[in-house]
Amino acid sequence: MKKILIVDDEPNIVMSLEYTFKKNNFKVFIARDGKEALDILQVETPNVIILDVMMPNVDGYATIEFIKNEPQLQSCKVIFLSAKNKESDIEKGMRLGADAYVTKPFSVKKLVEQVQLFIQDAI
Amino acid sequence: MSSFGLLLILLLYLGSLFLVAQWAEKKGNSKWTNNPYVYSLSLAVYCTTWTYYGSIGVAANSGLNYIPIYLGPVLVFPAWILILKKIIRISRVNKISSIADFISLRYGNSRFLGALVTVISIVAILPYIGLQLKAISETFHVVTRTSNSHNVFLDSSTYVALVLALFASFYGTRYVDATEKRKGIVTAVALESAIKLFFFLLLGIYVTYFVFDGFQDIYNQASVLKGFKEKNTVHGLEGGMNWLMYCILSLFAIFLLPRQFHMSVVENNRERHVRTAIWLFPLYLLLFNIFVYPIAWGGNILFKGKGFNSDMYSLLIPQFFNNNPMTVLVFFGGFSAAISMIVVSSIALATMLSNNLLIPYGFLGSLQAENQTKNNERIVRIRRIGIFLMIILAYLYYRFFILDFSLVSVGMISFVIIAQLGPTFFGALFWKRGSLNGAMAGIISGMIVCFYTLLLPFLLSSINPNSRFFREGIFGNDLLKPFQLFGLDYLEPVPHALFWSLLFNFMVYLVVSVSFKGNYRERNYAEMYVDINRYINNHENAFVWKGTAYIKDIEKVLNRFLGVERTTRALRIFKLKYNIDKDTTMADARLIKFAENLLTGHIGTASAKILIEGVTKEDKISLPEVLRILEESKENIVINKKLIATSNELKLISNQLKNANEALMMKDKQKDEFLDTVTHELRTPITAIRAASEILHDDDEISEELRKQFLQNIISESDRLNRLIDKILDLEKLETGKQKINVYEGNIIQTIIKAINPLHQLISNKNISFTFSGKDQGVKCFYDEERIMQVVTNLVSNAIKFCDSIIIITVEENQEQVSIHVYNNGENVTPEDLETIFDKFYQSQNQNIKKPIGSGLGLAISRQIVELHQGKIWAINHETSGVTFTFTLPKS
Repeated sequence: MKKILIVDDEPNIVMSLEYTFKKNNFKVFIARDGKEALDILQVETPNVIILDVMMPNVDGYATIEFIKNEPQLQSCKVIFLSAKNKESDIEKGMRLGADAYVTKPFSVKKLVEQVQLFIQDAI
Repeated sequence: MSSFGLLLILLLYLGSLFLVAQWAEKKGNSKWTNNPYVYSLSLAVYCTTWTYYGSIGVAANSGLNYIPIYLGPVLVFPAWILILKKIIRISRVNKISSIADFISLRYGNSRFLGALVTVISIVAILPYIGLQLKAISETFHVVTRTSNSHNVFLDSSTYVALVLALFASFYGTRYVDATEKRKGIVTAVALESAIKLFFFLLLGIYVTYFVFDGFQDIYNQASVLKGFKEKNTVHGLEGGMNWLMYCILSLFAIFLLPRQFHMSVVENNRERHVRTAIWLFPLYLLLFNIFVYPIAWGGNILFKGKGFNSDMYSLLIPQFFNNNPMTVLVFFGGFSAAISMIVVSSIALATMLSNNLLIPYGFLGSLQAENQTKNNERIVRIRRIGIFLMIILAYLYYRFFILDFSLVSVGMISFVIIAQLGPTFFGALFWKRGSLNGAMAGIISGMIVCFYTLLLPFLLSSINPNSRFFREGIFGNDLLKPFQLFGLDYLEPVPHALFWSLLFNFMVYLVVSVSFKGNYRERNYAEMYVDINRYINNHENAFVWKGTAYIKDIEKVLNRFLGVERTTRALRIFKLKYNIDKDTTMADARLIKFAENLLTGHIGTASAKILIEGVTKEDKISLPEVLRILEESKENIVINKKLIATSNELKLISNQLKNANEALMMKDKQKDEFLDTVTHELRTPITAIRAASEILHDDDEISEELRKQFLQNIISESDRLNRLIDKILDLEKLETGKQKINVYEGNIIQTIIKAINPLHQLISNKNISFTFSGKDQGVKCFYDEERIMQVVTNLVSNAIKFCDSIIIITVEENQEQVSIHVYNNGENVTPEDLETIFDKFYQSQNQNIKKPIGSGLGLAISRQIVELHQGKIWAINHETSGVTFTFTLPKS
């Protein structure tokens, strides 16, 4: 079973994502900010991580830096999911090592397709 | 003391003066030579042998009468700061090097007037120089106890005169430019001033305390002498008039004597040196006069009935007691006084002789060489010969005319003659209407009166002391008696001559000047002199000139005297100063004046004008036109000032604009950030709504329960969106002032209760311990209830979000205001955020760390509302944890 980690502080958005990925046979982990995400990543190695940028305590940028520096997490695909949709924001996200940058609001269907594409590539 | 020995010491002394002068020249501008004390001491060239020996003679023979000669300068000194500064400024900008230049330039740069002033100065001063030589010779013979020889080659003063002539002609002509400072001479003169004062004081102390038993002793012994009381009263009104005349005489002399003008104006390095001279020079005169009286009357007591020359008392007294060293010291003091006067006077006179008489009237034609060195050599040679000539002429004058007169009488005549320049001189400084014709007529009539009342009787008395002329005057007319002109019979001859000559001089100057207007050039210089302070920085602008002149021609003339290099540099600086294009070929008025100035130092004002006139073609200008141009230049100066003021204003405004612009840019940036934040905040609920809707749309298998949950999400996110929009609009209205508050007196307690009522459910849901202390009191103040409820709701909502478990609301009041505190026991706000949390841009400033304050607009809105009520809002952290938000409302 594929594992996915969703990191976002907006409960209603998280709820939609959780429902959709579960339906697509993912094991879903939820974190409300970067700090909780890091706690989960201590023990889990998800295939895909969906990461918001603006969050309390530890933001998305700091989280991806941690992921990219952690040898065991090199196989994780990281998708930024953010309302920050300026050219410079997207560039920054990609430069930090994200595999994709999806701007809010987004199509749930397309996000799922994207995630599945990453997983097939990995196989 | 033997003649040979004394002569040897004398030469040694002169040699060391040479060395001092040499050293000072080398030092140039060091603080040893260029300081206010050297300047002040050099002014003491005023005190000649006349002071050193003569005033003792006067005091011995006629008592207090020696005082006015020193009183005059002291009285006028406070005015120096005004008058002398003005003279110095005028002389500096016009490159004036003598009093003849000064007077003649003012009256239209008149060659004739310059020559007249020169002749008068020479006539006045030559005998005075002769007097100094006489003093040297006489004192020499007193010290060596020899008698005066009638053989020129055996007279020591012959050799002294020769050495001095060499010294002065060498050091006085170090520079071709007569306005250059002669540091060597000035320093040597200052040193001599110090020496003569020191030795004189030494003598005074010796006489007062060693020969006698102090001042009282001398007074006691002197008061029994015959004529003591007679000599030591002022003699009523008549005596007072005499005194007044003597004061005026010396007052004029301090400005007009060529050596004083030279030292105080031409050799002045810094204007501020005048400030030191103002107290130091009067002090010097005072010190010099302390012992005049004791020495004079000491001599009268010691040599009673012996008929000694009282002028020589200062030497005779120590000699009488066989105090040889003291005698020699005193002699050297007197010698110093003599030679500084001789040197400075001869330099000043020679400059005038060459620049105002010889060059403009004769030698200018011979200065046509293209080669600058040759011309300069000629100028220096003319001046050297001039200085040499002056001293030798003075020597001859002394040998043949004044062997038998007392020191003071000759000095007085010099003073009266030189005073004839007074009306013209002071008129130049303060009166614009004074004209050339007035000046010349005034001086000449003054001289005629002076000749009739003083010179003629003086000469005659040496031929025939009993001439009827003295008693009856010319044509036997009673009113024309030389010493009682028009029946004025109570003045002594010198004050009498001064009174009438000055009166005529002044009246004629006044009447002629008022009756016949001067030409435009005179009027032009009058303006520049009287209003010097206005033109000090760009005096070339004040010069009025119209005509045709080529810069090339003027350059050629300058080259002949300044050399190619200096000329090129001077013209370059000139063009830079007045912002003149380097390709300009025609010269304007400013350049004409500039070129004249450059030449003036070398050849004097008159010749400079003649040379420049030779290569230019001047158009005649009418007097009204000059006045108009001057008026314009005045206006220009005013306009210039205005321009500067305007430009300063503009600078200020541009600075303000810059600041405003920076503030705007800052605002703009903040606005961008705000927009960023707002769009982000708007997108978040939209994202939630979109995601839920998509699921509901695509997924048919969704359970009923989940479907309801998603729909509920959509509703709450829509509400959130709406609230957000309301807040943004609220804030915008508050910030732009569109939102007015309606203030009424109300009970704040009731309002708070009203505001927290809807939140009670949430509070109990979260198990928060909530306290509102003072619920029962009534606290009245003025506020807009709806808006203040908004603030309270916001603060309490935040407290609910962040508290750990406790919220406490308290209300305080004092005379002026009511304070509402909302405490929660949650985590501290980071200290640097305590203020910024009230900014609407709070989140974006803190990068991507999202503070759980939601939109971040609530506190910003609260602050706007509180500030509209003239209150304040702030947050403080408590130790370890807990935060209190406080806002105040004024009671009135």
